[in-house]
Amino acid sequence: MGACFGQCLGASVGYSLATRSACDGPGVFRGRWTCRILGKSKEAEIKRINKELANIRSKFKGDKALDGYSKKKYVCKLLFIFLLGHDIDFGHMEAVNLLSSNRYTEKQIGYLFISVLVNSNSELIRLINNAVKNDLASRNPSFMGLALHCIANVGSREMAEAFAADVPRILVAGDTMDSVKQSAALCLLRLYRTSPDLVPMGDWTSRVVHLLNDQHLGVVTAATSLITTLAQKNPEEFKTSVSLAVSRLSRIVTSASTDLQDYTYYFVPAPWLSVKLLRLLQCYPPPDPAVRGRLTECLETILNKAQEPPKSKKVQHSNAKNAVLFEAISLIIHHDSEPNLLVRACNQLGQFLQHRETNLRYLALESMCTLASSEFSHEAVKTHIETVINALKTERDVSVRQRAVDLLYAMCDRSNAQQIVAEMLSYLETADYSIREEIVLKVAILAEKYAVDYTWYVDTILNLIRIAGDYVSEEVWYRVIQIVINRDDVQGYAAKTVFEALQAPACHENLVKVGGYILGEFGNLIAGDPRSSPLIQFDLLHSKFHLCGAPTRALLLSTYIKFVNLFPEVKTTIQDVLRSDSQLRNADVELQQRAVEYLRLSTVASTDILATVLEEMPPFPERESSILAKLKKKKGPSTVMDLEEAKRERGSDVNGGPEPAPAGASAASTPSPSADLLGLGAAPPVPAGPPPSSGGLLVDVFSDSPSAVAPLAPGSEDNFARFVCKNNGVLFENQLLQIGLKSEFRQNLGRMFIFYGNKTSTQFLHFTPTLICSDDLQASLSLQTKPVDPTVDGGAQVQQAVNIECVSDFAEAPVLNIQFRYGGTFQNVSVKLPITLNKFFQPTEMASQDFFQRWKQLSSPQQEVQSIFRAKHPMDTEITKAKIIGFGSALLEEVDPNPANFVGAGIIHTKTTQIGCLLRLEPNLQAQMYRLTLRTSKESVSQRLCELLSEQF
Amino acid sequence: MQFMLLFSRQGKLRLQKWYVPLSDKEKKKITRELVQTVLARKPKMCSFLEWRDLKIVYKRYASLYFCCAIEDQDNELITLEIIHRYVELLDKYFGSVCELDIIFNFEKAYFILDEFLLGGEVQETSKKNVLKAIEQADLLQEKTEAMYHSKSFIGSKKAY
Repeated sequence: MGACFGQCLGASVGYSLATRSACDGPGVFRGRWTCRILGKSKEAEIKRINKELANIRSKFKGDKALDGYSKKKYVCKLLFIFLLGHDIDFGHMEAVNLLSSNRYTEKQIGYLFISVLVNSNSELIRLINNAVKNDLASRNPSFMGLALHCIANVGSREMAEAFAADVPRILVAGDTMDSVKQSAALCLLRLYRTSPDLVPMGDWTSRVVHLLNDQHLGVVTAATSLITTLAQKNPEEFKTSVSLAVSRLSRIVTSASTDLQDYTYYFVPAPWLSVKLLRLLQCYPPPDPAVRGRLTECLETILNKAQEPPKSKKVQHSNAKNAVLFEAISLIIHHDSEPNLLVRACNQLGQFLQHRETNLRYLALESMCTLASSEFSHEAVKTHIETVINALKTERDVSVRQRAVDLLYAMCDRSNAQQIVAEMLSYLETADYSIREEIVLKVAILAEKYAVDYTWYVDTILNLIRIAGDYVSEEVWYRVIQIVINRDDVQGYAAKTVFEALQAPACHENLVKVGGYILGEFGNLIAGDPRSSPLIQFDLLHSKFHLCGAPTRALLLSTYIKFVNLFPEVKTTIQDVLRSDSQLRNADVELQQRAVEYLRLSTVASTDILATVLEEMPPFPERESSILAKLKKKKGPSTVMDLEEAKRERGSDVNGGPEPAPAGASAASTPSPSADLLGLGAAPPVPAGPPPSSGGLLVDVFSDSPSAVAPLAPGSEDNFARFVCKNNGVLFENQLLQIGLKSEFRQNLGRMFIFYGNKTSTQFLHFTPTLICSDDLQASLSLQTKPVDPTVDGGAQVQQAVNIECVSDFAEAPVLNIQFRYGGTFQNVSVKLPITLNKFFQPTEMASQDFFQRWKQLSSPQQEVQSIFRAKHPMDTEITKAKIIGFGSALLEEVDPNPANFVGAGIIHTKTTQIGCLLRLEPNLQAQMYRLTLRTSKESVSQRLCELLSEQF
Repeated sequence: MQFMLLFSRQGKLRLQKWYVPLSDKEKKKITRELVQTVLARKPKMCSFLEWRDLKIVYKRYASLYFCCAIEDQDNELITLEIIHRYVELLDKYFGSVCELDIIFNFEKAYFILDEFLLGGEVQETSKKNVLKAIEQADLLQEKTEAMYHSKSFIGSKKAY
């Protein structure tokens, strides 16, 4: 068959066309001018086409009304021109006119033009809908077919509005022809994908399920696709499809290859339908025992057939047969309940790993990845490790090697981690550039996760940098520093190893960064050895200084000042370096500032102060590895995460794996290596990479937002602050999406409505907003919400209600993560959701005397928190008052002896307790400063309220 | 299935069918990127590749590449046979099909595709049933065309 295509397109083009011209029949009327267009130079083609377009335009505009045939001819020419890649901006009306022709072929061309050229939000939709409506009602099956194809091809919301009610009726009507039923089923499927809200379930659903029993296999095929999609969203309604699908499948797999006549494809009975039925079953858990037995038989039969000798040597036979087999294996993995089937599936895939067909090797590697996450088959998958490693070394196709890397990653556990990491490292030396970064991430994750001995971990990461330094992202080297800082058993080894690695004449800049950081923190641990005395360490680092970019140099300067603290004997050497013109007068502001500040610090500060300022970094809070987050982001949300989670459940993750951040860990309380190492403030983050990526990465690595989701959207903090004193407004907006909020709070309860607006004309698919709270926050703030519809139509808005209960006082804010598909791309947005402690304020009015009495009662140092800050906004009395009221407390007039001051009182309600709060705000107009004092019975409450309110003025 | 593209070895798009709403700009961008990616692959390489968050299944028949984009949970091998069945349908209809048939009779290529796949899902896998639908339409067309034309244009392709 394929060869046929080949022959006539190869050497014998002329021959093949000449001999066949007699049967060309329809379509030939276009022959002459299309020939004139094709085969000419680009300019000539454009010239010819413009001429033709002018001709068609004049025909359409001409006084003489065109007959249907000519109209069809010209519309068809326009289509042809469009398909050659030229823009067409007229002819739509003529095409729409053709729809109402009584001649099938004119109608057909009209519909084709519409389906190719009219996009879903065209103004013509109303006219088109009219014509479609007439054809649907015509009872002429050919016309109905065309109309249904048109609805399915355009698939716009307007079409859904117009026909969502008609199509199901046609689908289940007793007198509908089979071919029309097929079109109606898939047409409905398309409408449901576009606008599920417009396709309500109803009486027709049960009748649709029974189409699985239809005599006509074409009808069953189309219906199965529809049912699968509907069942994913409405599993209850379509439950009965399970047993019907199993019995249908059973009849197919046991039939002889000739039973199904034209539905047998290269000796495989109904492969498309079989695959679809197996897909449908993957929407459900394993069925009841009775049905389950029959299904198991089917699956066994499919596995058995794979072992039989092929009935044909044609690749189509084996493809069709294996398509069913792979789908059956997917179902087995989905059920994950029959150890026997899982192991058989694994063995079957093992055979494919060495098959001569590249396609099968590829799919076997891919499918085994999911098998590796099942506890029943994980061990069986591991037995193929040598084959997979071999694939990594010998496969000629990079996409297959990529699958091999994925599988090695998936099958890795403590028992084989060393081998797999070593193999991946050695593959990395020759790996394709396109997949290096991913391999680096995977090696870094595995090395961390399965490290029994952290010296191995340090060696592995340094090897990574040596082999593929350019592909080692910031996350990776940040992570190695985090780990070294958090584990004192490895610090000395790390210092020694980086020191040795830095001796290489040419080493990667990332190594200089890691080396600079680690020696700055732990260089003292190896300074006792005369071969790595302080001066030698310094000289070694400084010999790299001039070869590095500004961010690395900045980091090294910080290392130098740390050396001044660690090793007083090199102080003068370092001061000389800092004092040199190339530092003090450096054109780079950041470097210059560091040199000036560090030089000054080293001169004026006493040893004690120096030691305090340059104290060793405190441990980092344990949290999910930011590298893992990056890998997840790279691979899309589904695959990696599932594997990880499955593995975690299995408990093989000895190193604890991702952990939530501990209590009170906020970015401010945990100095990060990227923030100024000295905490001197003014300087921007140190090892920031190139500007476009640095912001996001830094947030990703060091913020406490859960790293599996996108970093907080830019401006999110500002927006968050705006909501502290108000409850309604727009929280977030970009080109695609707008998020609005409306909320009300009473005592310790609240309700918030989140409105998601699709600003585009295209649907958002798989729209999933998720509220993420750290464990701590979860304990003090309970949020309940229902999932929203996963499809958001262009221009539409969906709302989600969140019920809120404040259990005890809290300081963090939940993160709202939104993931969806827009067009072909995956979107991921995170914003902080402004549910803050002050929302649970109830104002309390009181007289001056009462206020001061209580004020005095709350006078212990833990109860008072004070903040003095500069005004960020004009100091307007009325606005300030409004803000204090918006903040939730009562504004007490004539209480403070100084009328310029503001005084407030209220009670924070939580489920467990009530906390009285008093506040006082003293503006100083001359200095443009405020002093804010909060006194409450609980320190953490005073602290949090002060933080929140001081951001408002 | 999200879309199907047919393009020549020279990278010329011969047929495009989109089953998801996309703007023209996006379509052009996707087409350009994919054509480049697929053409760069060597003959013996496997027929599947990951591209953005989709899976691409492609196969070359003589000078034409048939290329489908499917979603993560879709079956690659059966998609490969969807392509083959489509080629068979074209071949049966046109005699032995070649690229020029698809260029000159693009509308037929679309009609056949619509009978075979609808909304990105297989509608009818029986070759007989698909071609029956198309041939019925042709009979209707010939009747009407005979009304307009006394002269036959048969043979005009020879001029090329």
